[in-house]
Amino acid sequence: MLATFFWAFVVGGLICVVGQFMLDYFKLTPAHTLSTLVVLGAILDGLGLYEPLIDFAGAGATVPITSFGNALVHGALAEAEQHGLVGIVTGIFEVTSAGISSAIIFGFLAALFFKPKG
Amino acid sequence: MSNSKQKKLTPAQKEYQQFANQRNPERPIWSNCLRAFLVGGLICTLGQAISLFYTTFFDFTERTASDPTAATLIFIAALLTGLGVYDHLAQWAGAGTAVPVTGFSNAIASAAIEHRSEGFILGVGGNMFKLAGPVIVYGVVAAFFVGLIRYILMSLGG
Repeated sequence: MLATFFWAFVVGGLICVVGQFMLDYFKLTPAHTLSTLVVLGAILDGLGLYEPLIDFAGAGATVPITSFGNALVHGALAEAEQHGLVGIVTGIFEVTSAGISSAIIFGFLAALFFKPKG
Repeated sequence: MSNSKQKKLTPAQKEYQQFANQRNPERPIWSNCLRAFLVGGLICTLGQAISLFYTTFFDFTERTASDPTAATLIFIAALLTGLGVYDHLAQWAGAGTAVPVTGFSNAIASAAIEHRSEGFILGVGGNMFKLAGPVIVYGVVAAFFVGLIRYILMSLGG
């Protein structure tokens, strides 16, 4: 139990270090960095490497944005198995629905209740 | 600056470019990475605690708990963005707050709040994905091609 927390901290932290390194060393913008990490997550899942990482690190692998790419591929493949080729298009947002919907809803509510600060 | 642009510069401009590069403060890469590691790691540990909460008190398995966990983290980050706390933290932690899913939420909430003066349809609705859009676009395009390749390989393999 404690081990899961420890590895979540270490793996999650390391993924953020990769992002920081891309920002500082390669001087990429945050948008370039995050887009690259998402594509990386999608490719890692395509190679079957991301799922073992989730088993190992739990939230350390599911909380960073790389898991967004992983979840997109996962939804696409799950639907493709049931409905064939068209499932890739219909299934892409299947797993990530929670993240996207809640970001839109809470983002909108934030705009409703808060005013911009200085 | 890209190479093609650099060729068009006059000698005086090139000299200035060199001068400006020398004056550019060196980025403290290692301390930035340490901060990103600590804050990013802590956010993921918090995520692990939330997911433990969902598996213990609700009917979620370790796998399915990652969805409500992400939603909870997104809620917390949107709230902290509205209160103006998240951006202070982001200043200190850099990628440590940008890479976790909370950074995605911060990008959407801050763009929504910033543009509310332009109205709720064109301002909030139109600009919400200004910062987070590229992540979704490239994630979906990459997932489409990765999914396509995996599907073709699976069909060929059996």
